[in-house]
Amino acid sequence: MIGLLKKIFLVDLFQGLFVTFRNQNPKYICTEQYPAERPKIAERYRGAPRLNTNPENGETLCISCNLCAVACPENLIVVTSERNEKTKRKDLTMFTYDLSRCMFCGLCEDACPVDALELTQDFELASYTREGMIWDRQALEEGPRPTEYKC
Amino acid sequence: MPDTFLDSTELVLNMGPQHPSTHGVLRVILKLDGEKVLGTDCVIGYLHRGVEKIAENRTYAQFNPYVDRMDYVAAISNGLGYCLAVEKLLNVEAPPRAQAVRVILTELNRIASHLVWLGTHALDIGAITPLFYCFREREEALKIFEQYCGARLTTHAFRIGGLQYETYDHFERDVAEFCKMFLPKVDEYEELLTNNRIWLGRLKGIGILTADECKEYGVTGPMLRAAGVKWDLRKAQPYSGYEKYDFEIPTRVNGDTYDRYIVRMQEMRQSVRIMEQAVEAIPAGPILGKVGKVLKPPVGEAYVSIEAPKGELGYYVVSDGTTQPYRVRVRPPSYINLQALDKMVRGALVADVVAVIGTLDIVLGEVDR
Repeated sequence: MIGLLKKIFLVDLFQGLFVTFRNQNPKYICTEQYPAERPKIAERYRGAPRLNTNPENGETLCISCNLCAVACPENLIVVTSERNEKTKRKDLTMFTYDLSRCMFCGLCEDACPVDALELTQDFELASYTREGMIWDRQALEEGPRPTEYKC
Repeated sequence: MPDTFLDSTELVLNMGPQHPSTHGVLRVILKLDGEKVLGTDCVIGYLHRGVEKIAENRTYAQFNPYVDRMDYVAAISNGLGYCLAVEKLLNVEAPPRAQAVRVILTELNRIASHLVWLGTHALDIGAITPLFYCFREREEALKIFEQYCGARLTTHAFRIGGLQYETYDHFERDVAEFCKMFLPKVDEYEELLTNNRIWLGRLKGIGILTADECKEYGVTGPMLRAAGVKWDLRKAQPYSGYEKYDFEIPTRVNGDTYDRYIVRMQEMRQSVRIMEQAVEAIPAGPILGKVGKVLKPPVGEAYVSIEAPKGELGYYVVSDGTTQPYRVRVRPPSYINLQALDKMVRGALVADVVAVIGTLDIVLGEVDR
């Protein structure tokens, strides 16, 4: 009798729907409205590389020691420098970073003695050309500039 | 006329390399008689990248990120195996704090790996729901990895001699919360599958591999334990401080696909047990042992094997005294376990091949290297 009543009043169906609607609670919704809503990225995320500059005078922090290029498993960093006759220090002339081969292992930033090279939280690295993936010093200092979308 | 025209029903069927249930790019050539499998032939190598050769042109530290890309669903276990092998060559040991964090992350990775296995295995059998449930919990584990080392999949979490990253602020809390949250979820998966009639019908008595056959083929991991052999390298040859933790080795007797499922479910519970013990008492202290900036191990060789989620994962490293390894050989569990496929599916039906490939828990990145 009870079984029949359960069948007539679709008890099982409502039990099932209860589970469904319970999981529709907004706190369980994980979808990110990506271009409009920026994802929360972990602090230690290893994304786009950045060559840090001194915030006071805009000079690069890089001392052209070449340790990052040596540490890189893929040999994708090229650092060139020239000796400054006045200060007797090496001045950075060129710094290229081939992102198309990078696997974001973080060994270069670990190797950097002055925290000049850093892997940042920027993750939008798409490019229309292969050449666009090879970042020069200017691109590394400025970082990627993704289009901002609003909805 | 012994063979009539109607008797010659043998058919050669290609399964893969683009078949979704081969979990990657495995090609299995099936010889069929109707629905019955007469024999199989595996074609592998579609994902071959020559990792072992790459190692010979990299320094010891530089090769570390590459090992993550072999078994990419259990990247942390791979990193641990490689780091332990090089540490053995260098004759250093990771400090206690590093060892505890390594155990936590490796066990977390074991759970993540088993969840991928469970989700895809159930999906192959035809149960779609567990996949979403599994990936929901795996996400929590991956979030901990991301917080800890900045990457979710190819983590590069460990360094030779210890760790590079100190634990983040709420690491202990996050892991403890994960442990608390996860156990009821395992019950939830079991509720969906363990006594499910279709699940039982598809798995019971399929792909039986006895203990002797397992030993013959060198099959390790949950597959060996499902056949009743109590062999777990974490107990047999403790590494990274596993001897300090109290846990059991789940075993079953039948050695069929269903038993392997039960063993892996039990293993996830045991992993939670290990993590709970480890996270309560992470010793303070340094995280990186006494290793130089340039790693130059003395001439010699070292073999270290660990209990990866899929079985025995071994690294054999030969040093010739320079900064680069002379030879690195990997003993991947997936590759060795895959050999048993033919034995397991001979005489079974085509649909069972899918179930057996699922239960093998192979990752083609590791099979092909």
